[in-house]
Amino acid sequence: MSVELDPAPKFSEYAHPERLVSTEWLAEHLGTPGLVVVESDEDVLLYETGHIPGAVKIDWHTDLNDPVERDFIGSAGFAAMAGAKGISRDSTVVIYGDKNNWWAAYALWIFTLFGHEDVRLLDGGRDKWIAEGREVTTDAPQLTPADYPEVERKDAPIRAFKEDVLAHFGSPLVDVRSPEEYSGERLHMPAYPEEGALRGGHIPSAANVPWGRAAASDATFKSRDELEAIYKGEAGLTDGDDVIAYCRIGERSSHTWFVLKHLLGFENVRNYDGSWVEWGNAVRVPIVFGSEPGQAPAPR
Amino acid sequence: MEVMTSSTVPAALAEIRDDFLALPQKERLTLLLEFSNELPELPERYQEHPDLFERVVECQSPVYIFVEIDDDDSVHLYATAPRESPTTRGFASILAQGLDGLSVDEVLAIPDDYPQSIGLTEAVSPLRIRGMTALLARTKRQIRARRGDAASAG
Repeated sequence: MSVELDPAPKFSEYAHPERLVSTEWLAEHLGTPGLVVVESDEDVLLYETGHIPGAVKIDWHTDLNDPVERDFIGSAGFAAMAGAKGISRDSTVVIYGDKNNWWAAYALWIFTLFGHEDVRLLDGGRDKWIAEGREVTTDAPQLTPADYPEVERKDAPIRAFKEDVLAHFGSPLVDVRSPEEYSGERLHMPAYPEEGALRGGHIPSAANVPWGRAAASDATFKSRDELEAIYKGEAGLTDGDDVIAYCRIGERSSHTWFVLKHLLGFENVRNYDGSWVEWGNAVRVPIVFGSEPGQAPAPR
Repeated sequence: MEVMTSSTVPAALAEIRDDFLALPQKERLTLLLEFSNELPELPERYQEHPDLFERVVECQSPVYIFVEIDDDDSVHLYATAPRESPTTRGFASILAQGLDGLSVDEVLAIPDDYPQSIGLTEAVSPLRIRGMTALLARTKRQIRARRGDAASAG
């Protein structure tokens, strides 16, 4: 049972308006049967300091990743996780988080791997909700566990692996990291600790569009026109392109994936979650050092 | 005779570590949140002196620290971190409480891998734990620098 869509005029500009709700809409719809609100933050303690009433927490680190292999949870793990948080297969899931919905977009992308149909982002996320003085609480939500079926995780349509990237050369790649990481000067965002990649730089031919450029100063998504100017104007994407986005571990690029797929309507967008931590450590893959994209090698 | 540089976990930090390890994973986060809420406000004499504070750039949010050494050689760590970064505040609070009043030598002897020993690497990502390691390293560096100054001045 799907909860009604947010008819906000801003959203109707986007390719898939059904993927966003506004803070006003959410405030009016809290408690609606069939709606589950999820908070997913970069700081894993932030939810505990106060969250939207009734919202459940999804911890990107402990809830969505396999604890042993470098992979996401599988069918059984996702079913157990979602069920425990009161999410059914037909729930409308609205996800929000800190830092321009960075990790919220990551959670949404993982829900999409499992084909969860109705999953939306709160435009502006946690920051906008709080800036507007809306209610937050530290009370734990009253959870009724749900029965979520074990569904196959379908990686192919929206997830790229290293081999897919090597075969993709000649088609557009978007590197959503900071300019310093893109050039190879740094291995992590400025002000973050350096992460262990053995080489710095970027995948040849990738355009550099730092992910946060898609967000306005109030953490909402920029307008369709502004996004078109960035991704089509500056980065040179054209309608119908098959695009792969990547960052360091695939979280920032989930945000760009959302923008390209749901706001700008690119049908074939994949997120390479192996990203720089894999590519910068892999043996015999091509790398470009410096701020120029460089030529795409022959696909292999 | 034992070499003086051997690492020893001071009693207060050992107690904090044992408190964390005694809890199941989820409750460790709750305890970290308690520490986060307990991070003391700066004493009045430092509130107007942001110039004294050093940014811990390895942390994912703006954290600033200042180490004070009393005339009797005891150490006090002061830290500021935003409310929106409870994890980082928690780390700073553990160190501020755990090393308060220790001697310079006792602080320098804290094992550098103390942050890895308190049972948070599962609940909080290893990357974030590195921020706490940097907090400890910068604290020690400030102490060494200040002690060096005092020695050369004397």
